[in-house]
Amino acid sequence: MSFDATYHDQIYKSVGTRPVRPDGVDKVTGRARYGADFNMPGQLVGRILRSPHAHARIVSIDTARAEALKGVKAVVTAADLPDLSDGDQSHYDLLDNCMARTKAFYDGHAVAAVAAIDAQTARKALKLIEVDYEVLPHVVDVDEAVQPSAPVLHDTIFTGGVEPKPTTPSNVAARAEFGHGDVDAGFEDADFIVERSFKTEQTHQGYIEPHACVASVNPDGTAELWVCTQGHFVYRQKCAELLGMDVSKLRVTSSEIGGGFGGKTHVWMEPVALALSRKAGRPVKLVMSRDEVFRASGPTSATSVDVKIGARQDGRITAASAELRYSCGPYADIWAELGAMTSFACYDLENVNTVGYEVLVNRPKTAAYRAPSAPMAAFAVESAIDELAQKLGIDPVAFRIKNAAREGTRSSYGPVYGPIGIGPTLEAAQTHAHMQAPLGPNQGRGMACGFWFNFGGQTCTDLNVNSDGTVTLAVGTVDVGGARASLSLVAAEELGIPYETVKTVVADTATLGYNDMTDGSRGTFSSSMATISSARNAIEVMRNRAALMWDISIEDVVWEDGQAKAIGSTHDNLAPLSIKEIAEASGKTGGPIAGHSEMVADGAGVSFATHICDVEVDPETGGTKILRYTVIQDAGKAVHPDYVEGQYQGGAAQGIGWALNEEYVYGQDGRLQNPGFLDYRIPVCSDLPMIDTQILEIPNPNHPYGVRGVGETSIVPPLAAIANAVSNAVGVRMTHIPMSPPRILAALDAQPTA
Amino acid sequence: MQYERPGTLQDASRLLVETQGTAFILAGGTDLLVRSKSDDFEADLVVDIKSVDGLEDVRETAAGFTIGAAVSCAELGAHAELKAAWPGVVEAANLIGSAQIQSRCTIAGNLCNASPAADSVPALVAAGARAVVTGPDGTRTIPVEDVPVAPGETSLGKAEIIAAIELDKRPPRSGDAYLRFIPRTEMDIAVVGAGVNLTLDEAGTVKSARVALGAVAPTVVLVDEAADAIVGTKLEDAALEKLAELCSAACRPIDDKRGTVDFRKKVAGVLARRAARIAYDRAGGA
Ligand SMILES: Cc1cc2nc3c(=O)[nH]c(=O)nc-3n(C[C@H](O)[C@H](O)[C@H](O)COP(=O)(O)OP(=O)(O)OC[C@H]3O[C@@H](n4cnc5c(N)ncnc54)[C@H](O)[C@@H]3O)c2cc1C
Repeated sequence: MSFDATYHDQIYKSVGTRPVRPDGVDKVTGRARYGADFNMPGQLVGRILRSPHAHARIVSIDTARAEALKGVKAVVTAADLPDLSDGDQSHYDLLDNCMARTKAFYDGHAVAAVAAIDAQTARKALKLIEVDYEVLPHVVDVDEAVQPSAPVLHDTIFTGGVEPKPTTPSNVAARAEFGHGDVDAGFEDADFIVERSFKTEQTHQGYIEPHACVASVNPDGTAELWVCTQGHFVYRQKCAELLGMDVSKLRVTSSEIGGGFGGKTHVWMEPVALALSRKAGRPVKLVMSRDEVFRASGPTSATSVDVKIGARQDGRITAASAELRYSCGPYADIWAELGAMTSFACYDLENVNTVGYEVLVNRPKTAAYRAPSAPMAAFAVESAIDELAQKLGIDPVAFRIKNAAREGTRSSYGPVYGPIGIGPTLEAAQTHAHMQAPLGPNQGRGMACGFWFNFGGQTCTDLNVNSDGTVTLAVGTVDVGGARASLSLVAAEELGIPYETVKTVVADTATLGYNDMTDGSRGTFSSSMATISSARNAIEVMRNRAALMWDISIEDVVWEDGQAKAIGSTHDNLAPLSIKEIAEASGKTGGPIAGHSEMVADGAGVSFATHICDVEVDPETGGTKILRYTVIQDAGKAVHPDYVEGQYQGGAAQGIGWALNEEYVYGQDGRLQNPGFLDYRIPVCSDLPMIDTQILEIPNPNHPYGVRGVGETSIVPPLAAIANAVSNAVGVRMTHIPMSPPRILAALDAQPTA
Repeated sequence: MQYERPGTLQDASRLLVETQGTAFILAGGTDLLVRSKSDDFEADLVVDIKSVDGLEDVRETAAGFTIGAAVSCAELGAHAELKAAWPGVVEAANLIGSAQIQSRCTIAGNLCNASPAADSVPALVAAGARAVVTGPDGTRTIPVEDVPVAPGETSLGKAEIIAAIELDKRPPRSGDAYLRFIPRTEMDIAVVGAGVNLTLDEAGTVKSARVALGAVAPTVVLVDEAADAIVGTKLEDAALEKLAELCSAACRPIDDKRGTVDFRKKVAGVLARRAARIAYDRAGGA
């Protein structure tokens, strides 16, 4: 059935309300099942042996003593995960990251794994595996890695995207360029130019639940995987490819998820768990420790960015350029490219140019982290914009409004924008009470804007009308932020029935068609679109059944307020048929009632936010306190406003941690010094003020309710907003994130005393 | 691993003397249980001292206070007399971890864990606290600063147990204070800690003082010269500046994941100055 996804203004009954989430009680009573809560009879304990070296050739691995230990049921190395990549570099890289093949590329890189009858035996077995390493020189810093003198990770990688093709291998895996106009001419036109370099350190998503799974491979080659993931269909695909299985033979069930933020979009030790189970012939549970999560899952890039922006005295930006270097860990990816695309996306620019460089370093493989790559680019750009506004003597909000992108603007990364929210978020900031609040000594205010693309993608849902008229909705996007509540609201809205009568579940990979994962802020956007489509299809079925029950033509049946109504002068004496009545009769009118939907949910509207932040800095210790924080963001339509606000607040909270204290600290030996929450400092509750939110609703024309993704954009402005606030508080421009107390104090001490 | 919960100090000591393997004393366990989760941790015997007779309370005597080694830091916070006499010691103990941690952890455990960053230790050293050490050869009383000798190492013998921490009775016009710097608001390890204890004369001049710093050297640093700099003063600006300078100079810190050498030196002076001010106010100085 054709589906009309265009936006239509309407009055909502369910959408926009704030009912209790269906998974809430289980979560607060501890009954919810997370990754490590699955158990199988006869299950073994898996453990992974990891490289203590940042860069080393694996000369040999001797597993004989471990295998001989009583209670050990399997030991695997790269030899048990044959290379089936057939020239597909990303397949090979993923496999190599799961289990190092010839070299260990970072401290924590998996080199072998065991499955044993208990944790103690598994631990002993790890100590009995002998790995002979040839330690190689390493490089962890993104700026050092691009130097010609740096140790090269792969002698097979030559910088892509440059002509002619280089002849010497390099840690710069690729170059990507975006923009339009003539920046040189634009800078000629400028009255003022700001040019600065910025750095951000590597951070981890910091999800509370470590990676965990149970893998069970049967003798007939079928397998099951219970796993904490943001996308079980994607995990199924990747695991099947890496292990050479038919997709249909692997059934993946996603658990409840204690946070992902992008870190659970890649497979890490799941293929290893399957390989262990395949070898041992028994189910294997693998749960990462926090130390392993930090060392061997996927943090975000460390970056180094040079920005140049010029403007005329009248406040119009004449040209903007940026060069961005993003660390990828040992494998090439598109992190710098995303940074280069997003850097200037908020602005309407005649002349703009950005160049991104993907840099390979001896750190864990970079993974997505909430609007991946955008926060660091925004930090550099929004800091420079702030400084430029100061030079021009223009209010920073007014300066941004003057240059903001609008409908019809050609974005710096190519496409022309439709209706967008950057202008309205800035105008809301300008009139927000926060902007006018007084500041005390050592206090400063900063603001910044942020952009994220958002994504739609492949989506499939099943909506079943049960015999009592209640509804079960099966979706394939993992619920990471309250999506089950939102999708129940959408189904209730479309069907005209109460929220309480809809139950949404996340189906496993064997019972629903393929779904892309919950990333790109797509969960509610795409699954709500497919839910609306499913509901409309179910309504069609119910209109048909009502027509049958009344023995009238379907054209004379409409669906209103959760019931079928007969229309036209000949039928208006017929009492409406409720969903319950139609469902109860379904056995006699054609069988079960369902609505199915499969689609590529196109048209995820781009998203913008503006944040305002007040800080107080202790000039004697460099300690920063966040006094007040306001998030203003366009949601298109807030389906469940609580969870929209939750996303806004969560992104701001993570951004605050990143801006002030979170960072990967490496020693001279290339080993991670702080793989734990004691010294990797995410904010605790008392570090944060109540984060204020303002939801704007500028409808996305490509969604029936106008919904836009909201999950990611909220982490884009904080680094810059806080850096601008700190810089304003101390009178020194802060250019290195995190702005930890030692960095702030050092920056203050470097100032000439008045 | 063998777990024992003896009822007397003698039994505890005997268990420790008799064991052939690696043994640990367990008080609140907030350090030990965390360590025991590490793959490298091996223990043959754990002696839990929480049921040992006489270690479970705070006694006020003519000489001062005797704090049993099993008393939790939360209980110290609830002890009105102790808090009134030694607010700096109690506030240091009540900075450790969180409410959950404080309901288990002890100041003797904090001391014996021998972390350079232990929060209660600089406050105890500034207060001139003593450790009552019981072992196979009897009991001895030593200044608390003599317990830690290096990070993770103490001067205690194999079968020695700290039975109690002693604090003196307070002369009039006395005050103490402890401040630490952490990048967050709680649940963090001190990057620098400073404890100051002082007594004033009737005119409000500092008569005696002790200043101790944490996390700026392998063990707690008692800075006599900084204390001397404020004796005979009313903490005028110049005296406080001198105190800060001498504290900064007394630091022998390292660069690590928690802070830099420069940062620690500078902030040690800042905190000592601020703690001295608070102690002075608590002592009733104007
Ligand atoms: C989440 C968390 C937060 C923390 N925050 C802080 C903090 O803010 N500041 C801080 O300083 N510390 C902190 N700690 C560390 C710890 O809580 C303290 O060091 C605490 O005081 C230890 O006391 P305990 O009784 O729990 O010691 P235990 O863990 O029981 O013992 C510690 C060590 O001392 C030995 N020991 C204990 N009692 C005796 C005794 N009577 N005689 C001889 N040896 C003994 C043990 O054998 C062991 O080696 C934190 C720990 C955690 C888990």
